[in-house]
Order: sequence, then structure tokens, then C-alpha cells
Amino acid sequence: MNEVQIKEVIFKALKRIAPEADPEGLPPGKNVREALDIDSYDFLMFLVGLNEELGVDVPEADYGKLITMDDIVGYMSARVADKA
Amino acid sequence: MSEFTMPSLGADMESAALVAWRVKPGDQVKRGDVIAEVETDKGVIEIEVFEDGVVDQLLVQPGHDRLPVGAVLAMIRSNGAPAPPKVEPVPAAVEKKPEDAPPVEAPAQPAPVSEKRIRVSPLARKLAAELGVDLSTVQGTGAHGAVERADVERAAEAKKAAEKAPAPPVAVAAPPAPPVPAAAPTTAPLPAKPDSQAAMRRAIAAAMARSNREIPHYYLQTRIDMSRALKWLEEENLKRPLKQRLLLAVVLLKAVARALIEVPELNGYWVNDHHEPQEAIHIGFAISLRQGGLIAPAIHNVDLLSLDELMEAMHDLIARTRSGGLRGSEMTDGTITVTNLGDMGVETVYGVIYPPQVALVGFGKVVEQPWAENGMLGIRPVLTATLAADHRATDGRRGGQFLDILARNLQEVEKL
Repeated sequence: MNEVQIKEVIFKALKRIAPEADPEGLPPGKNVREALDIDSYDFLMFLVGLNEELGVDVPEADYGKLITMDDIVGYMSARVADKA
Repeated sequence: MSEFTMPSLGADMESAALVAWRVKPGDQVKRGDVIAEVETDKGVIEIEVFEDGVVDQLLVQPGHDRLPVGAVLAMIRSNGAPAPPKVEPVPAAVEKKPEDAPPVEAPAQPAPVSEKRIRVSPLARKLAAELGVDLSTVQGTGAHGAVERADVERAAEAKKAAEKAPAPPVAVAAPPAPPVPAAAPTTAPLPAKPDSQAAMRRAIAAAMARSNREIPHYYLQTRIDMSRALKWLEEENLKRPLKQRLLLAVVLLKAVARALIEVPELNGYWVNDHHEPQEAIHIGFAISLRQGGLIAPAIHNVDLLSLDELMEAMHDLIARTRSGGLRGSEMTDGTITVTNLGDMGVETVYGVIYPPQVALVGFGKVVEQPWAENGMLGIRPVLTATLAADHRATDGRRGGQFLDILARNLQEVEKL
């Protein structure tokens, strides 16, 4: 799975949580949870969604590494590559 | 035979539209069965019947018209009772001015209604005796048609009016009128929000205005060292797959429930001028909706659930809150409310109690703060917990004890 596909998966997962949001339009450096008003419950559901699609399990200790869209895409891409 | 009326699904509900019947005449129903769906300001809610029996007549067809709380929707025949004469439903339209707030609704009382018994609050019974009102003619507007003080007063007024003018007797004591929309402000408003949102805003406005008008709140707050709790949670979640991870909110709910066992006065209602602590601990959990507004459905018997069961209950409740499908009992059963604004970066929550409850517990964000202990200064993750409580029901000392116990529970989360 390449980065473009991974991005697609992330956008889809975000839209499931925040249907009214436009995650594609987020500036890459913006705090995603703040911008899309994602609380800790929704964030957990977001990670569960990514886990189902990408097979990546994010330990809690890594939550702090998933702030901006760039962070999330980078983190997921690296993990997906690790698994390959 | 008894009336199945539009239930009050919370202090902020005045009316709802009947969306669908789930039963038809002749169906056998059991207490707790969902028999209809109604659309309230807070979405579609499934409503339950509170007695065993047979559906005799459905008096209202599904539609868009809003029916006031207390409007008769159906007749339920108790098992074994003969089919009785038809009863005309009380018309929904009322001429009574809605000058005062809806009466304090009694919380859902799941006790089955026996056939002839009329549900009457003790105060209403006393008042009816004083005013010479025949209770069997009074239409109750409280929970499940219970007759309350305001109903008796209305009936007494109607009776007086009828005595003065020898007009034909009017159907006594109609349910409360739907609210008259407030006069529009004269300043230019922002573009109007959709109706459903405006309606929810009005519902919240009514409940919160009533709360601040009637409830003498007192507020206490305490800082809680969360290092042990967070460490435990992190270790626990490390062992779990994503789907089974616990959220801090679940730990907080359980800690509140445990503290309520020791300070039961905060768990319950203030109804008809007296305090009614409840044994069951049903925590209304404030869930904000993405489209705006707020709903606080109850998680039942939180004290009896394990953290895993509680997490599951929260998943279920949030999913149903967002998709529709909350039960009427979940809307009315809350014995206390917990609001967690920690996700927003708020440190301290000063809550407004949801009547007729007598307390609200607020949690803010866990933030690192300087913490002095045993003569040493350190940095700890600190959570500020607040209690907004009804001073009619409890005093600051009991409230303080509750927060102390809550803080202690959060030092021993493995025992929750």
C-alpha cells in the first residue's frame, strides 16, 4: 500500500467520525483532533478504524506522535512498510 | 385499563411527535417493552410501557404533530380486565397560559400501575383534599401521568371557573401547553440553524433555566493526583488490543459510582419539596453531539459493572446516541450526571444540575502541575474534579466527603 492509498484510508476513517468535516482540506501542519473536534472516544474509534484497514496497532504511548495529518500519514506509512 | 401517555423524557422535554407504533391493538405487552418511537428535540427515542397487559386501542396515529407530555397515546388493558368503554383522549390543544415552568417531573417509577390507582404525589393528594378536587378527574402531567401539585391547582382553577360561569363543564386539567416561542430578538440574528437544532437549544434552555431558577447550587472542587491511575491504565491498555482499550472516562465513572455508594445523598432527586435519594446508580453521561447540543443518557447500575462492561456500555450508548435508538428509560433514569470536558482542554467544570437530579460531577483535563507531598515538590498529572450540588438536598460537608472518597478511589483504580 502506498502513501496515497494510506492517505485515502485515513481520510475515510476521519470522515466516518466527522461526516461534516473535510479532512482533505486540512493544512498538513494543523492539529487534526482540534481541527475536527475529535474527543478521546472518537480518537479511539479512529484508531480502531485504521487498525481494521491497515493492520497497525498504535500503543497508547504513541498517541502523542499523531498530532498533524503529516504525523499520522508518516506514522502509518512507516508501520505499514514495517509489516510488509 | 390504563392510559399510556407521552412520557416526559427529561426535565427539558415538553412535547414530542409520535413516529411509529411498534405494537397493534390486541398485542400482549410486558413492562419494559418498547412499544413506540417518538421524536423529541433530542432525536428519536424508543419508549417503553411500564406495565404488563394488552394493547387495547392506539389513540394517536404517527405524524408530525407535536403532542405534549401527558397526552394519552394508547389504552393498555391489564391482563384479565374486561374490555371497557372507549375513552376519548384529552385534546392536545390547551388554553392555559404557560406562564410557569413545567412541574417538577417525578423520575420514572418503573412500578406497574394497578388498574384503578391514580398516581398522585403526596403533596398533590393533600392539596386536592384541601381544594375539594376529585383526583379521578385530574389529568396528571408528571412522569407516567402522575398527578402533581400543578395539575391539582389547574383542576381547582378550572373547577372554580366552571362554578362561576354555568358553562358546560370543560375537560379538566389539560396537559401543559406547548411552549410559546419567545419573542424574536430585535437584533439581526445569524443565519438560522435547522429546526432540530433550534429545538434542542430551546429544550436545553428550558431545563437549564429551570435549574438555575430553582436549584440553590453549591460548588466544590478538588485536585486529584492521577499518576497512579494513569500508570495503571497505560499498563492495562498495553495488554489489550485497540478495540478493548479502556478510556479514562470509564475509570472516572466507576470511581464516581463507588463514591456514591458511600455518599448516597448525592444520587437521586429533589421532587415535590423533598429529597429522594435513589439506591440504583444510573449515571447520566453527557455526550456532546457533533451538530451541536448535548444529551446525557444514563448508563444503568454503573456501580455493578466491571470496567470492561462499562466500556462496552459506553460504546453502545454513544453509538445509539448518534444514530438514534436511545430508550426512554435511558433519558429519564439518570440519578446524577457526569460531564467530562477534559478533551477540550478545560481544567475546571462548574456544572449546572439537570433537574430533578441533585448533583453533577465535572471533570477537566489532566494537566501536569506542581504537587507538594510529604514536604517534597514534584510534578504530577493532576485532574480537577468538581461537584455542583443542590443545597436543598445536601450540605457542603457531605459534598466534600464525596470528593475526598472520589479522590481516594482514583488512587486505587485496580480495585474499581
